[in-house]
Amino acid sequence: MTRFLKSREAILLGALLALVFLAETRFSGFAAPGNLVRIFNDTSILIILALGQTMVILTRCIDLSQASNLALTGMVTAMMNAAMPGLPVPLLILVAVGIGLVLGALNGLLVWKLDIPPIVVTLGTLTIFRGLVFLVSGGAWVNSHEMSAAYKGFPRADILGLPVMSWIALATIAAFAVAVNRTSLGRAFYAVGGNPGAAVYTGIDVGRTRFWAFVIAGGLAGLCGYLWVARYAVAYTDVAGGFELDIIAACVIGGIAISGGLGTVTGAVLGALFLGTIKNALPVAGISPFWQMAISGTAIIVAVAVNRRRTPGRIILKEAKA
Amino acid sequence: MSLTEGTRPRHVPDRLSSRPTRILRSWELLLFGIGVLIFLANTQASPYFLDPWNLSDATFNFTEKAFIAFAMALLIISGEIDLSVAGIIALASTAMGWALQWGVGAPGLVAIGLSVGLLCGAVNGVLVTRLGLPSIVATIGTMSLFRGISYIVLGDQAFNGYPPELAFLGRGYVFWVISFELTLFLLFALLYGTLLHFTNFGRQIYAIGNNPTAATFTGIRVARVKMILFLLTGLMSGIAAVCLTARLGSTRPSIAFAWELEIVTMVVLGGVSILGGSGSILGVVIAALVIGLVTFGLGLLNVPGIVMSIFIGGLLIAVIALPRLVRLLRTGRVT
Repeated sequence: MTRFLKSREAILLGALLALVFLAETRFSGFAAPGNLVRIFNDTSILIILALGQTMVILTRCIDLSQASNLALTGMVTAMMNAAMPGLPVPLLILVAVGIGLVLGALNGLLVWKLDIPPIVVTLGTLTIFRGLVFLVSGGAWVNSHEMSAAYKGFPRADILGLPVMSWIALATIAAFAVAVNRTSLGRAFYAVGGNPGAAVYTGIDVGRTRFWAFVIAGGLAGLCGYLWVARYAVAYTDVAGGFELDIIAACVIGGIAISGGLGTVTGAVLGALFLGTIKNALPVAGISPFWQMAISGTAIIVAVAVNRRRTPGRIILKEAKA
Repeated sequence: MSLTEGTRPRHVPDRLSSRPTRILRSWELLLFGIGVLIFLANTQASPYFLDPWNLSDATFNFTEKAFIAFAMALLIISGEIDLSVAGIIALASTAMGWALQWGVGAPGLVAIGLSVGLLCGAVNGVLVTRLGLPSIVATIGTMSLFRGISYIVLGDQAFNGYPPELAFLGRGYVFWVISFELTLFLLFALLYGTLLHFTNFGRQIYAIGNNPTAATFTGIRVARVKMILFLLTGLMSGIAAVCLTARLGSTRPSIAFAWELEIVTMVVLGGVSILGGSGSILGVVIAALVIGLVTFGLGLLNVPGIVMSIFIGGLLIAVIALPRLVRLLRTGRVT
């Protein structure tokens, strides 16, 4: 318990609660359960993407192509739905995840097989995927009236008082909480990022582990492609433009070390919720939405400064866990 | 930037190959060859390409980005990166527009643009060298912060009505088809080439990029060199902001959006290792020309900008992947 209080997750949780409290003083009803659920639902996509990005960052890589991947898969599913409204939604979701996986695997292969620095690979695929959205759609929009009711309705459908989108986010969080701590791949992500050289000697294939991190991040980006387009009921070339940096910001605020091997699922979720809460609190506090960019920028700088490692160099032995 | 560290040790040859073979196998020559091919393809594709005025127009596609790319190349060779450069352009341009409302003349506007650039560079430098933050994250933060301030000041408005004397810096010609920006580009290429390849300071940048710890023990003041490089990158972003503002004649908070990625692409395409420690200014110059030729040639063929970005992104990956792929297939190893 005392250890939790000292952890960066506790600090972040405190900051998050303070933020909600502050917003509540300006606008009573902000902290009402209904509104908090709405904020969580609004932030679902960011949470899912941040979890994928976390796996990539844990292995000392970075994926800048997630938002472009999202735009491409979202556009493809929207166009399929517009052309063939009879296709069942689960099939479209499968297609979205499938395309996302392939795009992620492309990043992963370039990093694994050709050993190209991940920032270069995903900088390239960021522009390529985004350009492909334009090629696929011819620059045209898919508007709300062209989408079927089932396509748009699925993320909003209500199950036990929560929209399906929130349930998907909760399921993703649960899956990652288990996978990261209880599977060999999950532990390999930490090992590869913490000390790649040592990971090799313990029999972990560093390249292959990184490959799987990119595949996971890609698959989740594909899933979010469908969710994003269905939720906002519009698909166009610039969907989620610049969102890749929001995702990285969520991870950094959540205490995922950009140097790899350090970070938790809880941290990533809290980081995303922190950004989501700011986004929702600004309008009710009567602050112009134009302030949002500067505030998230400041939040990133403060977060990295707080999470900065005190010890120079790399930690060789991690503290034992009780 | 430890996130880009590979798992394999850096390959250090014990004997360098002879000079002619080194030049033949150099990155710059490969890139130059690609540039010539694109040039020839352009002359075949469009009859308007070889017109001197058209070619001169083409240079505006890359000059401002290249100013920043020169400083960014030094920064990346030293093992750091600055992703806030486009944010600096937005903030510097906004400051110029704001000063304009108070009746500041053209020389004052230039001074303000450059000072804001320098100041932003100082902020980045302090965050990285004094607070010890990883530059990739710190500058993602300042990128949002700088552009965010622009959005707070301007919202959905724009600053217009810059004095006509300022326009020369963005649209003026020094001699025949040689624009002022192109002259600056050549001047900076010489300056940065000299600084990196023929001065003590330049050698220190390579030393830091290859091994910061060893560099510290040889007496190089690592933090000081990095601070200077962040200041230089900020200053170059300020210069780019002045030229871009002068050329467009207006300031919006979305000015130069996503340029940081294009600038990093230019630097990496120019053969500068993203891991730090190697690269040349000549490579960056050729990369700038290649990117300018590709975007301009495709523009003459009415290819939309977003499709051009596929070519640029593909080019970035292809030029790095192909030599590695060939090596992988021939020897079974990448490095």
